[in-house]
Amino acid sequence: MSTGPVPKPIAGTSSFIDDRIGAGNFLKRNLRKIFPDHWSFLLGEIALYSFIILLLTGTFLTFWYKPGMNHVVYDGSYEPLKGILMSEAYASSLNISFDVRGGLLMRQMHHWAALLFIAGMMVHMLRVFFTGAYRKPRELNWIIGVLLLTLALAEGLTGYSLPDDLLSGAGLRITQGVAISLPLVGTYVSFFLFGGEYPGEDVMARFYSLHILLIPGILLALISAHMILMWVQKHTQMPGKGRTNKNVVGAPFYPAFMAKAGAYFLFTFAVIAGLATFAQINPIWAFGPYTPADISAGSQPDFYMGFLEGSLRIMPAWEINVLGYTLPLSVIIPALVPMGIIMTGLALYPFLEQWVTGDRREHHIADRPRNNPHRTAIGMSAITFYGVLWLLGANDELSAFFHISLYTTTWFGRIAVFLGPALAYAITYRMCLGLQRNDAAILGHGVESGVIKRLPHGEFIEVHVPPADDIAAHMRGKEAIPTIAAAPDGEGIPPKGLRGPIGRLRAKMSETYGGEKIPIEEHHEEHPAISPADDDKSLTR
Amino acid sequence: MNRITAGRRHPLARYAVLLFALTLLGGVYTLTAPGNQSADAAIASGKVDDVAEGKKLFEKTCSSCHGPQAQGTENGPTLVGVGAAAVDFQVSSGRMPAANPGAQAPRKPLAPWVTPKRIDQLAAYVQSLGGGPTVPSKEQVDPALGNEAKGGELFRANCISCHNWVGAGGALTEGKYAPNLNEASPTQIYAAMVTGPQAMPVFNDSIITPEQKRDMIAYIVGVREQKDPGGFGLGRIGPVTEGLVAWIVGIGGMALAAIWITAKRRQAK
Repeated sequence: MSTGPVPKPIAGTSSFIDDRIGAGNFLKRNLRKIFPDHWSFLLGEIALYSFIILLLTGTFLTFWYKPGMNHVVYDGSYEPLKGILMSEAYASSLNISFDVRGGLLMRQMHHWAALLFIAGMMVHMLRVFFTGAYRKPRELNWIIGVLLLTLALAEGLTGYSLPDDLLSGAGLRITQGVAISLPLVGTYVSFFLFGGEYPGEDVMARFYSLHILLIPGILLALISAHMILMWVQKHTQMPGKGRTNKNVVGAPFYPAFMAKAGAYFLFTFAVIAGLATFAQINPIWAFGPYTPADISAGSQPDFYMGFLEGSLRIMPAWEINVLGYTLPLSVIIPALVPMGIIMTGLALYPFLEQWVTGDRREHHIADRPRNNPHRTAIGMSAITFYGVLWLLGANDELSAFFHISLYTTTWFGRIAVFLGPALAYAITYRMCLGLQRNDAAILGHGVESGVIKRLPHGEFIEVHVPPADDIAAHMRGKEAIPTIAAAPDGEGIPPKGLRGPIGRLRAKMSETYGGEKIPIEEHHEEHPAISPADDDKSLTR
Repeated sequence: MNRITAGRRHPLARYAVLLFALTLLGGVYTLTAPGNQSADAAIASGKVDDVAEGKKLFEKTCSSCHGPQAQGTENGPTLVGVGAAAVDFQVSSGRMPAANPGAQAPRKPLAPWVTPKRIDQLAAYVQSLGGGPTVPSKEQVDPALGNEAKGGELFRANCISCHNWVGAGGALTEGKYAPNLNEASPTQIYAAMVTGPQAMPVFNDSIITPEQKRDMIAYIVGVREQKDPGGFGLGRIGPVTEGLVAWIVGIGGMALAAIWITAKRRQAK
């Protein structure tokens, strides 16, 4: 960090500030913070910059939006709705779309930015998961991330309900259905949320407060905490030449990383503004005002709620009646179970992994996904689980567009939601091992050079050359996944904590999860191109 | 003997009275009797040829499924009483003659023999079998005469649960589907409402009045001709395509941008 002379731009700026507010040392230290370079490390910034755009466009929208449920007769410039009775909320959303200068562009930017915000969080989270960047000391930041994702879903739900159009009304109806299906408290929760019978007069104003005040406030606080923790703990880096657990190799925050981050903000802005200009999103005028009596074919939630929609669609109509009370399993299970599995699983994974591997060390070097095959396989099977539910959320559109019978898609979903993750697990695990073998082969035998050599006794061999330094260093960054020592001591007694059924399970899982599956053996020798004997030994296990 | 008494005794008087009575009876009957007017009118106005021509066409192109007397077979329903409107809808949209039996006959390009005149002849024949809804007049389906906003409300209350918000269509059970309404002509939309083709229910005039039907046609035609205010419409089916675009264009584009700006990196010394 403090190597070499301080560059002039930093020295100048920091002394200017130091002379005035005495923060020079702080800036000198922090402006030269090193950030490692890898394209996937920028994915989280999509969410960060989308959030900034959301705040700005959202503020614009609040100038004209009215969260009222009083009925008004529409008298704006959209002809096909003229004279129709609608809520004040819907009328003001139409007003923003058609009669406020730039309003439609802002609405569309806000909506596209919301989609990119959540999609950006998802890809960022997957990057962190698959590279093991959530490991000690970053578990808390990972949990903040999971909270952010959960809150973002709530922010999205409250946000797309606000225009009070027919599509969002369908979503609101399902929300109410889930609330009222909860055992014991359901009716109370529903009446509390809607201020009486659905839909009532209060829900828009309440969602509005939540959407523009409470949830964004918490999001902002958590995002700040997320950034500060990342700054303090420093960013992880991919294994490579000269990179250790004790250093960070990359570019300094000022000027190199700042320029890249600034450019990336502009890219985000360009993509969002470009989409908002050329691609129509949430055409509320086409949906019409919400009335509880109307429902449209193809009613879908925004993509991040799609997995809940899908689980609701493939759920069989189960219902239990106990002592005069109805327990609608067909609503409770799809609403709570998949979300619970995914969010709880995400939050607990760092701790479960620690428990299984017994690894309490700090990690600042990220894993390549192939080098922890079980983790990668678990991640892929979770993606498959989520993906099948997400896909089935659109089963009516798939059915109509691809001419597949609707019931066929439902049954496909019911089977695939269980079979898919298992298949994904097995396939991913084998692929990781295959890729590890490939790495081992490159390190052990080098890269095929394309040169065939004839030996004096007539045998042909292909000359292998050692891989380039940086690639070799990247591959050699792999280390064995720790396991807990489960072997019994001299008297045949297993170590403390590994006795009993849970202890034995832990030992078994640790043995499976950890260890070195494909060791790297370095030996440089030329070997026959034709005889496969040597290859066989190292490549199949 | 005054003039009236003389007239009553005129030799032609009995014929005049008979003619008057017959005209009255026929007129009242024509005004009050349900259905059949068109066929009767066709016969009366010398269009009886249409029925004969229609019968020939029917025997050639339709009778294999609907039976030689249009009484219906295992492969096709009876056409007695479906009316000229049903024929006009099915044949002018290319759904009939069906190419192969399936869950639902799709709209397809018209066969070369199908001309408006031949459709009228077939329609006249089927109408003559047992009456039924007739083809609406031009005025009945003129979008310009309808109230778009009122039609929109009716459309949302009655149609979108299958046909989607702006008529993009949607899936039904067992391989059936509600087609998109972009290609349907005003007459076809009207005819579909009064005849309830395939999986569609019938919206007869006591459920939705002819004026209301015209309002709905005005709305359907109005929104489908509308230029999307927000840019490319993405099929107008809502969040499914929007999500797809957010991931492919949005996240895909941003990933490419990330790869691009990190492609040049400082090498470790």
